[in-house]
Amino acid sequence: MSLLLPQLKGIPAPRPSLRSKVYWEGCRQHRLLYQRCAECGYRGLSAFTVCAECHATSPVWDASAGRGSLYSWTVVWHPPNPSFRVPYAPAVVRLDEGVWMMSAVIGCEPDALHEGMRLAVEFHPASDEITLPYFAPAIEGQP
Amino acid sequence: MPTHPFRDVAIAGVHNTVQARQLPDHDSTSIALAGVLGALTDAGISPHEVDGIVGPDCAHIALELGLGPCTRRPSSLGIPTVLDAAALITTGQCDVVVIAAGGAGIHVDRSSTAPWTRPTNELVVGYGLFTAAEFALMARRHMLTYGTTPEQLAAVAATIRTNGHANPDAVYHDRGPFSPADILASRVIADPFHLLDCAMTSEGGCGIVLVAAKRAAEYETPVWILGGASDSFGPAYTVAPVWDFRPRPDSDPAGMVGARAARRAFAMAGLTPAQVDVAELYDPFSFEVIRQLEAFGFCPPGEGGPFVEDGNIAPGAQLPVTTDGGTMSFSHPGISAQQLQRVIRAALQIRGLCATNQVAGVEVALCSNGGAGALFCDVLLLGRERP
Repeated sequence: MSLLLPQLKGIPAPRPSLRSKVYWEGCRQHRLLYQRCAECGYRGLSAFTVCAECHATSPVWDASAGRGSLYSWTVVWHPPNPSFRVPYAPAVVRLDEGVWMMSAVIGCEPDALHEGMRLAVEFHPASDEITLPYFAPAIEGQP
Repeated sequence: MPTHPFRDVAIAGVHNTVQARQLPDHDSTSIALAGVLGALTDAGISPHEVDGIVGPDCAHIALELGLGPCTRRPSSLGIPTVLDAAALITTGQCDVVVIAAGGAGIHVDRSSTAPWTRPTNELVVGYGLFTAAEFALMARRHMLTYGTTPEQLAAVAATIRTNGHANPDAVYHDRGPFSPADILASRVIADPFHLLDCAMTSEGGCGIVLVAAKRAAEYETPVWILGGASDSFGPAYTVAPVWDFRPRPDSDPAGMVGARAARRAFAMAGLTPAQVDVAELYDPFSFEVIRQLEAFGFCPPGEGGPFVEDGNIAPGAQLPVTTDGGTMSFSHPGISAQQLQRVIRAALQIRGLCATNQVAGVEVALCSNGGAGALFCDVLLLGRERP
């Protein structure tokens, strides 16, 4: 048994930047926010000030329903530093709103990970200031 | 016919310092300086003749060698600095340019992986991302799409590590030879990568000397730049590494980074992949070699796994790859030295000076830097014949 679990406080925590602080404040409130270009609807890989498609300068923040599918993953057994407990599964999740985001899958065994696996967001603290969004197997029928 | 843009510049000297797991008597600048002096000795050129210096520590090197007044280009890139240094000469800004880099005394916390493998960017740091995991996320997509197998990845690592085993200058000299089964038996780091699928870390320096073509007659085998170009999709290790990220709908996705660079490099050279005699591919992780073989046009997309499994990249085969052992076995000092070392090995292959795994009669050598997990990839074609 090697259930994938969220990390504990003490890992190197993200330091929010000017353009990402809205995202991290959303996480603290257990709301998963993403940016969308108000003109053309483009979603980026990270917080942006200029749309990469139409170059409009008016992105807006939307709340995701927190559901998505597993796009890619790895299971780490030897971490970059000793503060991470293994195994853990960094993953790229494709949100149903069409956003690719970096996260990690928790709440299942590594062998259960598969392409297109349905996932739902869960929030866990990484430090006193930072809350990280993780994804766990979605339970059928639950919103 | 238009003149080739790099007709009037040649690589006159190259040098690798001693490479080792640790060089306790050096820092990055001192080992880069040793790389400069070694490359100048190889070229038979006095430091007083150098009027351009390129690399992360170029200002300190200019001061220490008394090069002023000289041109400097502080840059931690690899292949792009070779193209920039060549342009300093072809545009008349400099006569002799040295590119140098080195890494020593950087990786001191041995309970953690090397600092350059541990990005601290806000979207990745909390998920324990490091370079092995970033590249694994790209490899996974290739495995899902094409059925690429861990055994095929292991075939790459076994080939390159066995090349390093044979090379007396490699940090991991005499550690093999390796079979794919040996790779698969090593502990898993970030699935699908085992320990032996990954680059090691080490310390060392290197240097490359470029001169105006009018001096090329001084050399038995000057090495010529036939083509080169670079691709990037964004900052490395900062956002999710997404194979299908495609900001230009009519162009390649991030998983094929380097494909455009290779097309441009081959077009500049007037060559095709079939004319490459040896490929000094950048090998941070075994999968990356399979990916580059496809992105650069050595085989169609999805066929890189069978290509390596069929033995095509071994010494003596169709396309010998990373013949000194690469970052898996020769050296991986961080900063840009390990990137320049692909160029140095390609130049030595053309000059016929490799003590091990020398490919007979090399006319054209390709080298590369970077990879999909880092969202950038550079390509350089070197040759024996003046373009």
